[in-house]
Amino acid sequence: MTNSFRVSKANHLRRRLADHAASALAVAATIIVVAPLVAIFVYLLYKGASSLNLDFFTKIPKGPGETGGGMANAIWGSAILLGIGSLLGVPIGIAAGIFLAEYGRGSKLANIVRFTADVLNGVPSIVMGISVYSLIVLPQKHFSAFAGGVALGIMMIPTITRTTEEMLLMVPHAIREAALGLGVPNWRSVLSITLRTASPGVITGCMLAFARVAGETAPLLFTALGNQFWSSSLNEPIAALPLQIYTYAISPYDDWHRLAWAGALVLILLIMVSVSLVRYVTTRGVLKGAN
Amino acid sequence: MGVGIQVDNLNAWYGSNHTLLDINLHIPANQATALIGPSGCGKSTFVRCLNRMHETNPVAKVTGSVRIGEIDIYADASPVEIRRRIGMVFQRPNPFPTMSIYDNVASGLKLNGFRNRRVTDEVVERSLQQAALWDEVKNDLKKKSGASLSGGQQQRLCIARALAVDPEVLLMDEPASALDPVSTAKIEDLIFQLKSQYTIVIVTHNMQQAARVAERTGFFLSGKLVEFDSTHKIFTNPGDKRTEDYITGRFG
Ligand SMILES: Nc1ncnc2c1ncn2[C@@H]1O[C@H](COP(=O)(O)OP(=O)(O)O)[C@@H](O)[C@H]1O
Ligand SMILES: [Mg+2]
Repeated sequence: MTNSFRVSKANHLRRRLADHAASALAVAATIIVVAPLVAIFVYLLYKGASSLNLDFFTKIPKGPGETGGGMANAIWGSAILLGIGSLLGVPIGIAAGIFLAEYGRGSKLANIVRFTADVLNGVPSIVMGISVYSLIVLPQKHFSAFAGGVALGIMMIPTITRTTEEMLLMVPHAIREAALGLGVPNWRSVLSITLRTASPGVITGCMLAFARVAGETAPLLFTALGNQFWSSSLNEPIAALPLQIYTYAISPYDDWHRLAWAGALVLILLIMVSVSLVRYVTTRGVLKGAN
Repeated sequence: MGVGIQVDNLNAWYGSNHTLLDINLHIPANQATALIGPSGCGKSTFVRCLNRMHETNPVAKVTGSVRIGEIDIYADASPVEIRRRIGMVFQRPNPFPTMSIYDNVASGLKLNGFRNRRVTDEVVERSLQQAALWDEVKNDLKKKSGASLSGGQQQRLCIARALAVDPEVLLMDEPASALDPVSTAKIEDLIFQLKSQYTIVIVTHNMQQAARVAERTGFFLSGKLVEFDSTHKIFTNPGDKRTEDYITGRFG
């Protein structure tokens, strides 16, 4: 009796130690993951916050060497470029994901689409810029916001497609059967039941793709080009935050360096805000009606 | 009102696996008909042939004829129409997890394009009452997700969902096999209530259950319908030796 009691007590101690060790490891891993993000953010705040003022959001850049001015046109330009990119990338990406998961299972075309998406994912962003340059900019003979948006949109597609496919495949078969058993047409079941059930994951995929291209500079160099002035035309070169940051960061002027830091801070804040906003709006809708 | 189902020379396959062999039977209207038999004998395949769910499997094939009332379901109508007229309740409760209780019940209407809010409210209440779930959920119809209910409640929710599209036949594939005894008893009571309005086909591996709820019982073995008769006859004086062996527990 006493013997077995002692054994089990030692066992108990060992288990508790193992338990604590595992928790400590998990906490350490979390810190390692979160630390760089926090460090970058704090550093950006430190470098950039002091240059943030109303002018930054309302004025366009001043000429070289002059102080003051802002990045209003670049913020606006980024919004337009990301808007075009999302309008193109989100529907095509989701549609391709639906095709892979629901219609093309095991077909040759599906394998080709999946392979293409994976290759596209690995294409360096500068190559994407050059491709769109030769496909759109050269024939049109001018740089444009449209070309920049297309470049970003194409870059969004593979991430969205593959996450959509994986999320749809995770929806239990029983849920699809429930919908079909009610006499719901297959296409309707795919859109209103399967896609909807998978929507939190699909939205995460879209946000990942969005956040990734929001900071891209290379694909915009040969497409949107950048613009020191205010422009809303899709047919003309347009400014973008990453381009503006790049231009300012490599300039010789201290004031521009400070603005570049502020721009980087704003870029990160904009990504954070838009991701949280989409998440908030979409998770609120989860309990809503069948449509 | 329920309708009778006439099945003639029904054969079904999964790929090259011949799962149902020449099934012939008549399922009477407004009664409960139980299907029993050892696992893998083809009971699920059979009920899935009655509402054309079988063909949702890409390797599945079916021949023969199934008539509900006047309609040959394989010749005269689309699978979608048939599934609206012949509702189905599955072995595991499968409410739509992203939808509220209300939306789960209304889903069949909404997904088929029905928009009238007042009528939908009525249908949802009536269906939940028919499924004996109304009193338990009426206060959080739109607040709670269907997936937040207990297993037994979820299954009654699925029954309400099936009833909401106003079917004539209700197919139930082992509807209580994943439930505790109390929930099982509730489902059986429900079947008793629903018989007056619907034709019910219930697959069960529980012979007491078949004896309690069904007027008629069919015994399946290896893809064949061995015997089909009144439940009383099947359980007291079966005509086939294999039926007798099965119900007395000598195999299966
Ligand atoms: N999805 C499927 N794919 C291939 N074979 C299947 C499938 N479902 C069932 N079968 C086969 O069909 C036969 C009958 O199965 P089923 O109708 O599920 O029997 P029961 O419901 O009586 O247990 C079994 O041999 C089973 O292996
Ligand atoms: Mg079965």
